[in-house]
Amino acid sequence: MSILVDNASRIVVQGITGREGAFHTQRMLASGTNVVAGVTPGHGGETVHGVPVYDSVHEAMAHIRADLAVIFVPAPRARDALFEAADAGAKLIVCITEGIPVRDMGEVMAHLPRRGCRLIGPNCPGLITPARCSAGIMPSEIFTPGAAGVVSRSGTLTYEVVHELTHAGIGQSTAVGMGGDAVHGIGFIECLELFEADRETEGVALIGEIGGDDEERAAVYIQEHMTKPVVAYVAGHSAPPGRRMGHAGAIVEGTSGTAASKKAALEAAGIPVAGSPSELARLLGEAIKRRRST
Amino acid sequence: MDLLEHEGKGLFAVAGLPVLPSFVAATPEEARRAAERLGPHVCVKAQAKTGGRGKAGGIRVCGSAGEVEAAAADILATTIRGHRVESVLVERAVDIARELYIGITVSREVRSPLLIFAREGGVDIEELAKRDPDAILRRPIDPLLGLLEYQVRDVVDAAQFGPDQPGGTGVGAALAEVCRALWKLYRDRDATLVEVNPLVLTTAGELVCLDSKVTVDDNALFRHKDMVPEPPEDAREAKARAAGLAFVPLSGDIGVIGNGAGLVMSTIDQIENAGGKAADFCDIGGGARSEVAQAALEAMFAGPPVAAVLVNIFGGITRCEDVAKGLVEAITAAHVDAPVVVRLDGNAAEEGHAVLAGAALPNVTVSDDPDEAVRLVVSIAKEREAAAR
Repeated sequence: MSILVDNASRIVVQGITGREGAFHTQRMLASGTNVVAGVTPGHGGETVHGVPVYDSVHEAMAHIRADLAVIFVPAPRARDALFEAADAGAKLIVCITEGIPVRDMGEVMAHLPRRGCRLIGPNCPGLITPARCSAGIMPSEIFTPGAAGVVSRSGTLTYEVVHELTHAGIGQSTAVGMGGDAVHGIGFIECLELFEADRETEGVALIGEIGGDDEERAAVYIQEHMTKPVVAYVAGHSAPPGRRMGHAGAIVEGTSGTAASKKAALEAAGIPVAGSPSELARLLGEAIKRRRST
Repeated sequence: MDLLEHEGKGLFAVAGLPVLPSFVAATPEEARRAAERLGPHVCVKAQAKTGGRGKAGGIRVCGSAGEVEAAAADILATTIRGHRVESVLVERAVDIARELYIGITVSREVRSPLLIFAREGGVDIEELAKRDPDAILRRPIDPLLGLLEYQVRDVVDAAQFGPDQPGGTGVGAALAEVCRALWKLYRDRDATLVEVNPLVLTTAGELVCLDSKVTVDDNALFRHKDMVPEPPEDAREAKARAAGLAFVPLSGDIGVIGNGAGLVMSTIDQIENAGGKAADFCDIGGGARSEVAQAALEAMFAGPPVAAVLVNIFGGITRCEDVAKGLVEAITAAHVDAPVVVRLDGNAAEEGHAVLAGAALPNVTVSDDPDEAVRLVVSIAKEREAAAR
């Protein structure tokens, strides 16, 4: 078991002939993932690392069944690629693209539910179920299968925590990088719900950062619905207000969205908040051990 | 990208939103000439990208061209909350009967634009929300459907215009037009915020946008070639941005470079926890190559001197070896003598360590533990501060 992706997942890569698309297709294949088709308009008939390329997602789907689209299309054309994937029947879309306008994402998020389609990202590293499926750009080498669920707004912090977990002998069920944009797809709560229902997952590490109120709402959800242990880390305690720290979501607006308010909300809900990424890995290891011994 | 009041009002005028006649002036003399053309009763307003202009003395109502010239001279010489005032807007003054608030912004909660209206304007909307939550109307706008007519009617109803006020029943229709034009502007210009505070009803019965606050989505500038962001004031930030790096200047003395926004933010937090202060936030991004690492160090040294530098890299896609090569080149070429603590882990970390060991730079210390690297850089910075005293 795992959440969202496993070895049955079949992936179509949009933007497969681009530099990033081709590079990460090769990496996904090397990790044992079923990349079954690629799409780049005007490149139908080519192959990329042995994967057949089609002119459109509809055409790809007509030839090869895929249920998951991974998007590497540049920002100005990403909105259209997202609509195309949803309309062609992808049930899950992972959008790696960074820098998509907020207006475009608003329109996409209004449309996807009409197609029963879920989105991870944009501006995210994707997700991985170790040894079974890597949908995106996470470095599969540092992951190992196991009991820890990871959901995060930050890519490199995820890697840092996973690296520590793996070293401590704690494998991962699935790690989801939900991305750093203000308007995004799947969030903490959807992932927590899935991890709670997943038999393999025994505890969850939640990695948050400044901006928005995803962490605060997750705190309430955890208190009311989670029986499995959740531990958290929030980055950006020393971020100055009003400045974007690298990506669109990471900004302290007025007094809301600060790391301190997020930490307080999580702690008030009884969730241990680590002082560093390495401590987060340690806390999760301890929480899983405690759960096993009771 | 935040627009100045007069830039926002320029967009307002094109969108058909009611604004007052005005001129932008960069000198007291220009302000005087503007007043001579507009008539004696004008308002002189500091153009700065910050709120609180009124409280800081940046807005003055004047009764003569001479007064305008003096007011402009005062205001142009000030800074407001650290922002230099580069120009003033000289605008015809009006007599105000009522002040309202209207704005549209992105709501993360509903993942769509949110129209906000209050029958009380000229105040801090967040304070009003706390004091009197019922005074504020919120209507989420479906991005695919746009602003709907019933939502426009809700706004007009919420304004509670009576028959006795200036302008009579026509004011409701004028407010409805403001709602429609504001939404069109928000959408067409890829704004993430448009705010009119206050939207005023004059004693002559006209609705007028007395202020403007517009933020345009930086990610959408490829659709708006007419909008060019100003280069950053900070030399380091300008240099870093030119190299495609995310850089935020901070006030401490420990330079920080890392890959990934979350990791860099976290590194800065750890430095503060250990008693140090970061000089910057610099994210070299995923898959960074040696030129990028080099550009990051060069940008950092374009600013005030740092006591020490921490380079914190966790190689996922990024190969630590590439980063190490870039660092060695930058440190050698720029004759950097500040102590540099380098933490490399993950992809090709061993090769990275070998590159650094091979270069044998006297001021570089290598650590593979992030917590240890932070402790080290903070203690080095403290020693250097103490030695400098």
